Amino acid sequence: MKLNAKIPSGPLAEKWSTYKSTQHLVNPANKRKFDIIVVGTGLAGASAAASLGELGFKVKNFCYQDSPRRAHSIAAQGGINAAKNYQNDGDSVYRLFYDTIKGGDYRSREANVYRLAEVSNRIIDQCVGQGVPFARDYGGYLDNRSFGGALVSRTFYARGQTGQQLLLGAYGALNRQIAAGNVKMYTRTEMMDIVVIDGVARGIISRNLETGALEAHFGHAVVLATGGYGNVYFLSTNAMGSNASAAWKAYKRGAFFANPAFVQIHPTCIPVHGASQSKLTLMSESLRNDGRIWVPKEKEDAEKIRAGKLKPTDLPDEKRDYYLERRYPAFGNLVPRDVASRAAKERCDAGFGVGSGQAVYLDFKDSINRLGQKVIEERYGNLFQMYEKIVDENPYKTPMMIYPAIHYAMGGLWVDYELQTTVPGLFAIGEANFSDHGANRLGASALMQGLADGYFVLPYTIQNYLAGQLNVPRMDPAAKPEFKNALDAVRSDIDKLMNIKGKRTVDSLHKDLGLIMWDHVGMGRNKVGLEAGIKKIREVRETFWQDVRIPGTAAGMNIELEKANRVADFLELGELLAQDALHREESCGGHFREEHQMDDGEARRNDEKFKYVGAWEYKGPGKADELHKEHLDYEFIEVKTRNYKE
Amino acid sequence: MDLTLKIWRQADRKAKGRFEIYSIKNISPDSSFLEMLDVLNEQLVRDNAEPVAFDHDCREGICGMCSLFINGRAHGPDESITTCQLHMRKFRDGDTIVIEPWRACGFPVIKDLIVDRNAFDKILQAGGFISVNTNSVQDGNAIIIPKEKSDEAMDAAACIGCGACVATCKNSSAMLFVASKVSQLALLPQGKPEAVRRAKAMVAKMDELGFGGCTNTGACEVECPKNISLAHIARLNREFLLANLKP
Repeated sequence: MKLNAKIPSGPLAEKWSTYKSTQHLVNPANKRKFDIIVVGTGLAGASAAASLGELGFKVKNFCYQDSPRRAHSIAAQGGINAAKNYQNDGDSVYRLFYDTIKGGDYRSREANVYRLAEVSNRIIDQCVGQGVPFARDYGGYLDNRSFGGALVSRTFYARGQTGQQLLLGAYGALNRQIAAGNVKMYTRTEMMDIVVIDGVARGIISRNLETGALEAHFGHAVVLATGGYGNVYFLSTNAMGSNASAAWKAYKRGAFFANPAFVQIHPTCIPVHGASQSKLTLMSESLRNDGRIWVPKEKEDAEKIRAGKLKPTDLPDEKRDYYLERRYPAFGNLVPRDVASRAAKERCDAGFGVGSGQAVYLDFKDSINRLGQKVIEERYGNLFQMYEKIVDENPYKTPMMIYPAIHYAMGGLWVDYELQTTVPGLFAIGEANFSDHGANRLGASALMQGLADGYFVLPYTIQNYLAGQLNVPRMDPAAKPEFKNALDAVRSDIDKLMNIKGKRTVDSLHKDLGLIMWDHVGMGRNKVGLEAGIKKIREVRETFWQDVRIPGTAAGMNIELEKANRVADFLELGELLAQDALHREESCGGHFREEHQMDDGEARRNDEKFKYVGAWEYKGPGKADELHKEHLDYEFIEVKTRNYKE
Repeated sequence: MDLTLKIWRQADRKAKGRFEIYSIKNISPDSSFLEMLDVLNEQLVRDNAEPVAFDHDCREGICGMCSLFINGRAHGPDESITTCQLHMRKFRDGDTIVIEPWRACGFPVIKDLIVDRNAFDKILQAGGFISVNTNSVQDGNAIIIPKEKSDEAMDAAACIGCGACVATCKNSSAMLFVASKVSQLALLPQGKPEAVRRAKAMVAKMDELGFGGCTNTGACEVECPKNISLAHIARLNREFLLANLKP
């Protein structure tokens, strides 16, 4: 199968309007004849379900949480980018497009990224219309701040709770459509499989997490808005329930999985405290607007600090190494996330780390002296409070300790320009797809992409597909053998898990997998380590299927069974991730292969061999996955080595 | 730390519940409360017993999924946090900790410590939004909103829908929850056209779903992890009064 990204022809700036002007649409009277399944209620899922409902389609929307408002988009802190240029600082659609391509280390698709930048402005308008209380200045106009990888201030925010406010806006729109009867909401319901009939996606199998009941649902199209796979590392900034199962089931049903090795490691997270740690908490990138990152210049000072014999506040400026400002004078503390994370690891590995040794300082002393504590409090109050509750130290008085942690998946299901996967009728939006961030995502761009896909892209492109489905009647799942077979398969998978009756808990196996992933497929990767990692992942997978213990029954609520279903998929996805990392013999964005670096430790990309999207195809149990390449042709921008120094 | 836990166990909606007592050892004071429960559950599964079901997801105090009545207080002894942000250093070695689900007839127990908060979604579906279709809006900066108004709307919008206000209210009233949304949208020019209808519809739905009336005890404000002020209830009352003056 040859990948066809279906990129419209013509000049970059006209592709999206050309597409919209010439695509097929579904007439208003026919829209209600179509059922659309949307899985997930985060920014992408809720905005898509609401927008499709407004258009008159009949939508079924699913989430595993008790309410659509809980989806993990809610936890995004810092902000959302848009090319409004309200600050008059030289921003434009082109500049946002360019920064995103460059930030992604030239591994994303030009046409998709340009469209993202193009619709970004309407997202802000839409959210304001919904009553999202964005930060404003004293004149009553919208305020902005800066994020990494940009030389302009284009980030809109609502205190440190931007994701929450945007999601509540989309949730409000969704609630309106639920009340109008256009969207039927299924909470505490997990998608277990996708039903494919004659090569086309026709529905899903779901499990009611309260009763354990399995159900089949028909849809003329299925949209996955199920987020990323960071929890394959066990410890991440994702929510505890965030999982990759929907995407993984799609993969096994024929959707290609693109660039799984591109995982974002966020530089500013609260360091690990011990073995019972269940998740990692992010400290927003926006803190790097006013915080300065440093470690001691001398190893002896670092040792004294680690031993508790010296306080960071006692160390004068000349004995501190503000290593980001030293290495990257042009961008300083606001270099992109992958660059900042690697620099922290480099210092800690060299013996300059503080805390447990795996931490660096993020210091607000200078900003507090310059602006006063009140201003800092207004900007980041809730983040400082969050830090103090977790670490039991007051960050106004002593610098925060931070360390990189797994945060976001740039990789995901391969989609074309229409956000359709390689299975017709199956779409993927938001973090679940791979399309816009290349090998590294810039801060405040995840919210932008989720809402762009859900409000402004999918509601158009899905119609181009549905227009060809007018002659497909609504199906009764009970009357179709394909639905019954899929139900039986899910039931037998669950029975298999329940009958292992081994000795190991699901979490203990998930932690084993996470440690292997972090050690072998983490911030620094190499051939020997990856090969060893793959072997170890297989061993844990084998142990899982022989020795996992799930108490209780499959009927009714069973929290261990829920976790086991997800971990079973992580154990397979982890191997694909490592395999993709092994094949990509270059360093780019979040993917750093130690064999491929410059003399000064910067990443060495290999455009000649790897300027492509690596899309993997599932070939069946026990068979090797097949790699397909979508070559990235940069028509409109010049591909360069990233430089954040000058 | 070594602790004794007294936890509410209930098999499903219809089953009769009871307290069970567990002892747990070697808990790090730096662990979060939910990490302590994770350790308990590991122990239970290893002993071939059923783990304690509790709601949780983001574990950073924003999704609103975690609940728990801990030693008689919603979200436990610390101020301005959710249960997932509570750390064991707030307890002492040897303590007995009593853990219950939210208790309110609007929130029936599903299993153990998990309750059904679907009623909150239903209240918001009754009108907790601005009726605006995708793409039908003007430029964001065409609507000017004074900073103070916008900040106050943000204070109200910080509600995470956890239900602590209901659980802690002796009347099981959802007034603070309803007020936070009514107030946020009433403060903004975009929300004004529907303000009256919204207040009326949401309050009616709240009453219909079995939440009690507000008697201004202020308990909700004290336990709200996001410090949502009673002043928003005053604004709700104002909107509601207006709603009843106008036909």
